[in-house]
Amino acid sequence: MAWEAVVGLEIHAQLATRSKIFSGASTAVGAEPNRQACAIDLGLPGVLPVLNEVVLRMAVMFGLATNATIAPCSIFARKNYFYPDLPKGYQISQYESPIVEHGELEVEFDDGSTKCIGITRAHLEEDAGKSVHDLFPSETGVDLNRAGVPLLEIVSEPDMRSAAEAVAYMRTIHSLVRYLGICDGNMEEGSFRCDANVSVRRSGDSALGIRAEIKNLNSFRFVERAIEYEVARQIEILESGGSIIQETRQYDSVTGETRAMRGKEEANDYRYFPDPDLLPVELQSDYIDRVRDGIPELPAAKTQRFMSQYGLGRRDARRLTLSPDTADYYEAVVRASGQPKLAANWITTDLAAALNRDGLEIYRCPIEPTELAALINCIIDGTISGTMAKKVFAAVWRREGDPISIIEKQDLSQVSDPETIDNLVDQVLASHPAQVDQYRAGKTKLLGFFVGQVMKITRGQANPEMVNHALHRKL
Amino acid sequence: MSIEPESISGIAQLARLHLSDDDGERYSRELSAILTFVEQMNEVDTAGVAPMAHPLDLTQPLRADTVTESDRREEFQANAPAVRDGLYIVPKVID
Amino acid sequence: MHTLSVSALGDALRRGEVSSVELTAHFLDRIKTHDRTLNSFITVTDDIALADAARADERRRDGSDNPLLGIPIAHKDIFCTRGVRTSCGSRMLDTFIAPYDATVVKRLRSGGAVMLGKTNMDEFAMGSSNQTSWYGPVRNPWDISRVPGGSSGGSAAAVAAGLAPIATGTETGGSIRQPAALTGLTGLKPTYGRVSRYGMVAFASSLDQAGILARSAEDIALSLGAIAGHDPNDSTSVNRPVEDYTKTLESDLSGLRIGVVKEQFGHGLDSEVGAIVQDAISTLERLGVSLVEISLPNSALAIPVYYVVAPAEASSNLSRYDGVRFGHRAAHPVDIEDLFKRSRSEGFGEEVKRRIMIGTYVLSAGYYDAYYLKAQQVRRLICADFAQAFEQVDLIAGPTSPFTAFPIGEKMDDPVAMYLCDMYTAGINLAGLPALSAPAGFAHDLPAGLHLIGDHFREGLLLHVAHQYQRATDWHLKRPLRFP
Repeated sequence: MAWEAVVGLEIHAQLATRSKIFSGASTAVGAEPNRQACAIDLGLPGVLPVLNEVVLRMAVMFGLATNATIAPCSIFARKNYFYPDLPKGYQISQYESPIVEHGELEVEFDDGSTKCIGITRAHLEEDAGKSVHDLFPSETGVDLNRAGVPLLEIVSEPDMRSAAEAVAYMRTIHSLVRYLGICDGNMEEGSFRCDANVSVRRSGDSALGIRAEIKNLNSFRFVERAIEYEVARQIEILESGGSIIQETRQYDSVTGETRAMRGKEEANDYRYFPDPDLLPVELQSDYIDRVRDGIPELPAAKTQRFMSQYGLGRRDARRLTLSPDTADYYEAVVRASGQPKLAANWITTDLAAALNRDGLEIYRCPIEPTELAALINCIIDGTISGTMAKKVFAAVWRREGDPISIIEKQDLSQVSDPETIDNLVDQVLASHPAQVDQYRAGKTKLLGFFVGQVMKITRGQANPEMVNHALHRKL
Repeated sequence: MSIEPESISGIAQLARLHLSDDDGERYSRELSAILTFVEQMNEVDTAGVAPMAHPLDLTQPLRADTVTESDRREEFQANAPAVRDGLYIVPKVID
Repeated sequence: MHTLSVSALGDALRRGEVSSVELTAHFLDRIKTHDRTLNSFITVTDDIALADAARADERRRDGSDNPLLGIPIAHKDIFCTRGVRTSCGSRMLDTFIAPYDATVVKRLRSGGAVMLGKTNMDEFAMGSSNQTSWYGPVRNPWDISRVPGGSSGGSAAAVAAGLAPIATGTETGGSIRQPAALTGLTGLKPTYGRVSRYGMVAFASSLDQAGILARSAEDIALSLGAIAGHDPNDSTSVNRPVEDYTKTLESDLSGLRIGVVKEQFGHGLDSEVGAIVQDAISTLERLGVSLVEISLPNSALAIPVYYVVAPAEASSNLSRYDGVRFGHRAAHPVDIEDLFKRSRSEGFGEEVKRRIMIGTYVLSAGYYDAYYLKAQQVRRLICADFAQAFEQVDLIAGPTSPFTAFPIGEKMDDPVAMYLCDMYTAGINLAGLPALSAPAGFAHDLPAGLHLIGDHFREGLLLHVAHQYQRATDWHLKRPLRFP
């Protein structure tokens, strides 16, 4: 009988605040070790936490965007455990009364099908510091700059049935938090990462199998591979008569395997209890309404609008709305060119390929939206051909200039003067009488030969449509 | 309630306290006496009583999201038992 | 000079009869002479004190004045003081130099108070006799073979012996009021949230509150205004105006209703102490209050509840002492677990470890509901008893401590007996109420205290009643003969 994978994700999104969740220390990345760890982050004797208002607003935004219940009263709790990069010996988190509960999110897969994934809860917590294991031979160094950075932990229902579904869900959340402006989504810096709970069961079974938790996956590819590996591993164990043990596992991106984490076998008893240093967080409905008013257009609505307003197909509309930066870029190009379809084509093909090749996010794109619009306009008005446009695009990408100056400088503009073209065609036909005879005898595929000859003389700059037209007329 | 010396070692592990040989026995005796004493609480019926975590019925105040702290690493690390290259140093931790 | 009240010292400073530097030097001198006997200070900050005093004198010359300008004060070593060791009575923090000032310290400094030093205390404020300090026991100025109470025992002994005119203290279950009672002082624990906890080393966060030990209610009234008030660094600090506590001291007491709790004069109370407290209550009646017998049916459960809630919070609060960023670290740890365990086991004393163990246990899986949750429910019932009482009365009066100061060494091998020192006081911390202890006479030749409990934010009323009592009696003026 077939096996079915059951996957739930716990996504940690670092909230994009200036200061930490409970202190006034900076959250900026790249500081020297411990230069952004203040007395509160260090857990010095006597210090106390005070909640950052923006952190709260961001959590409420997320809850509203996922149709969740916003708790009128939520509680911070302490999660007690010892680890050298956990300064207080406890993490301030939320346990029994999280700020967001019972949300849902519609996820669209590559084949266009959709599925609603339940969001069990989303709660606020502080990040721990960073242990540096590879700097000293027999010692670990502790950097607490990260300690106290605000996190929103988004816990899904075990609603996903494959690695691909899990990745699609994660991408959707990723897109959503960036739309909301609550997380920069930078996975390399760890601003967006997840733990995956994976189990398998016989298809048709309603009970869940025993799950393994794969910790700290910080790329979509790792999530996909780790889940695929883990599902296969569990199926193999079950098919050979073994049983799965509930455990925490780590993904090794080099081997593509998951392995049990040492030291995590010990059953942890976190002794959660309400943090007596923090009071219940109460939210009035007018506060929630104000936050709701500040929520920007979200991906699903934007996709719909792009389809109706710009006449795009669903696939293009979705690709263009995946990130708010891409959508903004697209709309800027459309505004400057008036060409929604060509703009969509360029952005989803040539521009996407170039960004991907150079590993750039669109906000770092070397071509300004107005420049891409200018390029598109040159195609429309016949100044350059599509082929030439690709050359101009590449030159602009290399910052050799803006499209107009490149076209002028390199004399790339198209030969579109009817008289010139007529003359060129006459010249080609006169110098190839044999081929003209053969063509006229019925070998019409020689048309391409004549076009090629004209292009050769003009170094590709003749307007191909006009050349075609003239040849037809004269032959 | 009496706590067996065996469970004492589990609690000590959670609390990261080192136990000597006679500690288990002694803690078992003392903690059992204290717990027996506190179990007087069970005389009172608390069905439906909401637990009380704070003495005052107040709600959490909020601070503005502004950076107010500057770098004081050297001053803070003057209290640290071991520091190198700005990092707090502990024996090698193996994950 | 050391026998004068804070207000009298203030007058002397104001009239220029003495400078703050002279006053400070006098108290530093007394500390030098007497503290070898008492052990009430962990750290004496001579240089800071004289510099603070010189600055206060300068401020006064510049025309500044306020009740504490130039007045020496001793701080319990639980308050962080920038650049000065803040040990909390523990080996764990023996070398810890606080990099910041507690809000209480900062406010007193800006009010012109002069820091004499840091007073001895039970380790991490866990104790009722000052015997758990890493720096050795403090002795009671009235009988140096006896304890001064705790945990603010160093502050109490220092003020009682005239080594400081006034001192800060903190409470979690009675740690200001009980030592005040045992050393013949007036000690006030304000309403939870009235004084900032920022920079006060935490014991049990939902119970801890800073207060003052002094020789009279009037002295407390003069200084409470300096430390009370909202602090944005403490989420549990209350944003509510601070009254002028000196304004309400003088009116008469007629019309006030004072509740007497019948349960508090029963089992466990030393009969001589009981008689003294009854006498004090009669004095109040003569001053015009009407007495109302009330009941606090769950009050006997205060200590059981307290010994679940306080250790639970403490077990978590004390997890930060792990030997990584500050505090004691064991020598040559073989691995991180060894570092954690040995640093903590060497750094903490027996009572602290005992409470960490209890607290860890009552929060652990399988026991949370039976102990921690149950205690938090009973806590609500205890609070409800007080709320109900304050519908009938303005204040509650009774004994502060069930007995007078006991010999050093006693109760140390019986934790439960020690815990009963706080049988009348701990419930007040559970409910977050303000309360004070005022000297009411002598039992067995040792001071005994009258306990006054008010409703939330009624510090002014407590000080008013205590002041009127002190105008009618002279117990607060008695001084231990050994420390003339």
